[in-house]
Amino acid sequence: MQKQFTVSTSPHLRDSATTSSIMLEVCLALLPAGIMGILFFGFGALLVIAACVLTCVIAEYLWEKHTHKPITIKDGSAILTGLLLAYNLPPTAPIWLCIVGSAIAIIIVKQFFGGLGQNFLNPALAARAILMVSWAGIMTTFIKPEFMGFLGGGADAVSVATPLALGQSPANYSLWQLIIGDIPGTIGETSKLALLLGGVYLMWRRIIDWRTPVCFIATAFVLFLISTGKLWDAASNQSAIYQILSGGLFLGAFFMATDYVTSPITKTGKIIMGVGCGALLFVIRSYSSYVEGCSFAILLMNVITPLIDRFTPAHPFGEVKRHE
Amino acid sequence: MKKRFPGGIHPKEGPGGKAVTSACPIEVLPPPARVVIPMSQHIGAPCSPTVKVGDKVKIGQVIGEKTGFVSASIHASVSGTVKSISPCIVANGTTVPSVCIDNDFKDEWIELAPPPEDTPLSELCNMAGLVGLGGATFPTAVKVVPPKGTVIDTVILNGAECEPYLSADHRLMLERPQDVLGGLRLIMASLSAKSAYIGIEMNKPDAIGKLTELTKDDSNITIVPLPVNYPQGGEKQLIYAVTKRTVPAGALPSAVGCLVCNVGTSAALYKVKTTGQPVIDRVTTIAGRVARPGNYLVRIGTQIADLIEAAGGILPEAKQLIYGGPMMGMAINRTDIPVTKGCSGITIVAFDAMEEHESPCIRCGRCASVCPMLLMPTLIDHAARKRNFTEAERLGAMNCIECGSCTYVCPAKRSLTQSCRISKRMITAARKKGGK
Repeated sequence: MQKQFTVSTSPHLRDSATTSSIMLEVCLALLPAGIMGILFFGFGALLVIAACVLTCVIAEYLWEKHTHKPITIKDGSAILTGLLLAYNLPPTAPIWLCIVGSAIAIIIVKQFFGGLGQNFLNPALAARAILMVSWAGIMTTFIKPEFMGFLGGGADAVSVATPLALGQSPANYSLWQLIIGDIPGTIGETSKLALLLGGVYLMWRRIIDWRTPVCFIATAFVLFLISTGKLWDAASNQSAIYQILSGGLFLGAFFMATDYVTSPITKTGKIIMGVGCGALLFVIRSYSSYVEGCSFAILLMNVITPLIDRFTPAHPFGEVKRHE
Repeated sequence: MKKRFPGGIHPKEGPGGKAVTSACPIEVLPPPARVVIPMSQHIGAPCSPTVKVGDKVKIGQVIGEKTGFVSASIHASVSGTVKSISPCIVANGTTVPSVCIDNDFKDEWIELAPPPEDTPLSELCNMAGLVGLGGATFPTAVKVVPPKGTVIDTVILNGAECEPYLSADHRLMLERPQDVLGGLRLIMASLSAKSAYIGIEMNKPDAIGKLTELTKDDSNITIVPLPVNYPQGGEKQLIYAVTKRTVPAGALPSAVGCLVCNVGTSAALYKVKTTGQPVIDRVTTIAGRVARPGNYLVRIGTQIADLIEAAGGILPEAKQLIYGGPMMGMAINRTDIPVTKGCSGITIVAFDAMEEHESPCIRCGRCASVCPMLLMPTLIDHAARKRNFTEAERLGAMNCIECGSCTYVCPAKRSLTQSCRISKRMITAARKKGGK
């Protein structure tokens, strides 16, 4: 018999990148920040990360099994959601909180809306927001970082205020501490150096677009520069550099505001997303009772993403203006 | 000047690609025992056969006469006896009335003579049955007569050959550069065009070098090295890259004073001018998973099986047989399909797109970032799947050039190009129905 050939529509070549390869590369880019978190906050951080990732994957599997849908845990998106949620939790978060948060992220925020590609909010951030308003105490208790502290053994974790929560009191944290991550905070947000490394990797690999993170950070920087009038002030947290290096801004700018599903597609849209996030973050940090506004800023922008997409349509090459 | 159009991709080739074939000189494929010559090898009205079963024909004899303004006559490519005139399956899966000729191997030509010096260009094209040999197969006679009121000041020869695996144009530019330039000068003279460009991708430095050398005394012909970026050879993309002129959506290149022509078409035009020989053969690449990939001068109507045999047969790992290149070619599953005027290559790949299952769109935007027409393929895909073709039209689906870049990059492996194709067909049908 003559050899049979498959007949399909062109193109007959495909790029090697797949949804799962992209997800895993984002996970890879998140790795340095996680390692720094574990080094500064100890094994507790590792435990939180493991609990979140595992629960997310299991929750996705169980839900899809239960609803007779194709099992999609291999696409890596649940792993990524777990990682991002863990990075947004304090290192002292109890395991039950990790499990509740992960289940909310996967089942309520993602699967209720139709699974991968259909959720209108970033699952990790929405889950964090729910945990934040439900268990505010646990969610805002942070410990003092101690580099490789787990080797010394035994020292009890000390509750301290984050750089942003210091308010007008003299800042205890140097520029170096803010950059390297030697500050209290959630597991993955503290080391700006590690986050920048991951972010630059993703931009170099063209997995994320530079527009959103650059506009996000630049907008926040400019607004804080105007409002505080200072580039850097060793005596307080009221300076532009201090503000952009504190809290979840870097984690949000590189890894959350750039989430494909919940951010605009067009280049103009991505700029609006970045500027909007930066402006909302400034407003929340400056005028609300919350000291940190990154999560809510991104979530609010997620909500208006369909609107942004609607008002920033693509202009085809050689488009002729239609006179109607 | 930055010679770059927006978007584009860099498709990865498998074994037997350009790296191999571009070094293979054009070999003459011996005329086969039988040729199958379809009566429609071009865009436009099909030809009507002028021969009967049993007729003796000579090479170059007209066997299919053009029946409309947009049409191109067809010539016998071997001498011998007309065996049958019956519908045969062609590459796109349709059946077309075809003239089968049994070769008598006498290689008898009709009397060839160069046409009179003052023959108009369109008449030359008509004599040769010339169509766009790059693959678009638009009758050249129609193209070289600009619409009333438009002036063509720039002629661009397309030597980009951006399609992976193929190297037919590359070899032609290397081996018959004088024909390519001769044809170009004919077009320029006919249209009184002031300037001409030959756009060639930078992965063909030898061709760029050769043509630059040959045109160094021609102040109005410029060889333009172009970045290697698929679909560099797209008409609108090429015009933009070379002249920075943007062809308005829905308009022809003549709207911006340009005429784009494939290098093969130009060489064929020169041949008819100097010898009177019509299009009876063409250079075709056979690439990918065959024993000996290469470039062949193939008689029109040669069945693909003969070409495959010349290339030493298909390797066992082959999964798809493609008529054309892998990005825009058509997958076929039979080897009795004839090589026609627009067949720039046969590609055999070990990759099977049907084995990859699609997953939901993650809105990564890669399709939009590579689209050379700056469309949003994923949104057109969403609209097409909901059969909302009004929305697809609003999103500019009609601008799609079906280059396949969006499907190539899609990490979710969605058939975005196909959705655009369906949208275009449905929109066109709706417009016809609406009487527009």
